[in-house]
Amino acid sequence: MTARTVQRGEDDLVTVIGLEVHVQLETATKIFCGCPTEPADEPNENVCPVCLGLPGALPVLNEGAVESAVRIGKAIDATIPEETRFHRKNYYYPDLPKNFQITQYDEPICADGELEITVEGDRRTVTIERAHLEEDPGSLQHVGGGGGIDSAEYTLVDYNRAGVPLMEIVTAPDFRSPAEVRAFLAELTEVLEYLGVFDAERDGSLRVDANLSMIPGEEIEGDAREIGTDALEAANRTEVKNISSHRGAEKALAYEETRQKNAIERGRAIEQETRHWDESRGITVSMRSKEEEKDYRYFEEADLPPLRVADWKEEISIPELPSARRERFQGEYGLSEEAASKLTSRKEVADFYEDVAREYDPDLAATWVADELLGELNYRGTEITAVEDRLAEVRRLIALVADEEITAKNAKEVVLRGMLDDGDDPETIVSREDLGKTDEGEVQRAVEEAIEDNPEAVADVEGGDDGAINFLVGQVMGKTGGSADPGEVNRLLRAEIEG
Amino acid sequence: MSDDAVSPEEVRHVAELARIDLAEDEVEAFTGQFGEILAAFETLDEVPEVDREADLTNVMRPDESRDPLERERALENAPETEEGYFKGPNVS
Repeated sequence: MTARTVQRGEDDLVTVIGLEVHVQLETATKIFCGCPTEPADEPNENVCPVCLGLPGALPVLNEGAVESAVRIGKAIDATIPEETRFHRKNYYYPDLPKNFQITQYDEPICADGELEITVEGDRRTVTIERAHLEEDPGSLQHVGGGGGIDSAEYTLVDYNRAGVPLMEIVTAPDFRSPAEVRAFLAELTEVLEYLGVFDAERDGSLRVDANLSMIPGEEIEGDAREIGTDALEAANRTEVKNISSHRGAEKALAYEETRQKNAIERGRAIEQETRHWDESRGITVSMRSKEEEKDYRYFEEADLPPLRVADWKEEISIPELPSARRERFQGEYGLSEEAASKLTSRKEVADFYEDVAREYDPDLAATWVADELLGELNYRGTEITAVEDRLAEVRRLIALVADEEITAKNAKEVVLRGMLDDGDDPETIVSREDLGKTDEGEVQRAVEEAIEDNPEAVADVEGGDDGAINFLVGQVMGKTGGSADPGEVNRLLRAEIEG
Repeated sequence: MSDDAVSPEEVRHVAELARIDLAEDEVEAFTGQFGEILAAFETLDEVPEVDREADLTNVMRPDESRDPLERERALENAPETEEGYFKGPNVS
């Protein structure tokens, strides 16, 4: 692990966290059948004999899910083995109609990967032990009796989600704080969106289970980043489930960290258990889990032949990833780290920026894409993917500013806002609002008029009052409908007054 | 196979995992039956091992959607339904 050492005293407890991140792969159909994955309005609409687990139905692997998995493997620099296969994980719960989940066990599609993150300016590499394909279970609703799981009167089951392809990404216990976990999830989802295999906006597309334990400082020799297996195994850990966002992960783990610390300080032992993150109450609660690893009775899924992706993994390409692009933007376009981060957080934004920056001033392009466009979109609670068909118009608007056809202020406040609010194209707004920059003769006339109309202000300027010149500039701007360049007006006024 | 093959504790554990309540006499009955079933499977040890079909790899389908089942058909074998959902007892 490349990082500065984690400071600690002898008596301190060091937090150790490892993650299992489940992400929904953006395929059109489920992993083992042709049912659509798009959200349905009604329960049990996207189901068939395969995902309902009806007798005799056979799973057939979705090529799109495998391709997504290979992309992820390449992006996290994982080993993609010659051969990979599927297993059945057996457990009895009505979210799985077959009584088992098809997943991968001893031969996952990706192993030994890594992802670099930046936490408080520090670069760190997180080891990804494995990433495997599996099917999502269905959704349960516990009805009656106050809504609690234990007190419910009955259960309603919807299998629309059953069989939706998931990738489970398992990290090493490399995290030392909830903030690091949050940074990792942000980077991971950014990468996955770049790969086009994940949509963060989709409901339930990210689910995180986190293992957290506290290791006594005296058991650690040297850097707290390097904790021996013995010390890790000696400490009881809790598994926190039901985390569904970056922020939720940080909050849930901060709660769990404090809870364990308090228990240890009061001399109580930490029970090895599964805990449920209750987002609304902001606490984790104990959750009885009957199964141990051996109870799942993993065995090979004989209905799915082995998978050899080694031959075609070279054909599956991945785009430049956000971290590389961030660095390139700083070097190639001379952007600050902050601007480069903003512009690379989504592939669509970065692509649009490059398209504009290649033709116009990269700084102007950065201001327009990162600040004006994203700012206005954010204000409207929307994002770039919602205006993809308008980007050519935004590009033309930036061109008008770059070519000094209109002022930046008008471009933003009148044209861009008008485009987003009313759907008009930039040229229409410019001509309707008469925003085209005024010709020099007209500005000159306005300057002369302003001087004639405001002798007191002119006298003040002559007396050295700079506030007065701003007043005159305002007068000229008013006369020209805001289309004159304020700097130019200022220069013309001074030239006229000071002779 | 001897009666020791499966213990009553194992039967209780499996029943708990399967969320099934067993009476004591049922535990006893299943302990015997589990043993017999496992013994029957031991017969498979006598079957000669064969390699699986080597060519049978990468059986996949394109990511193209097919019409799902009509919901009425999907639900028609369920003992109980409610507003399009399968309905079952409380499971904790």
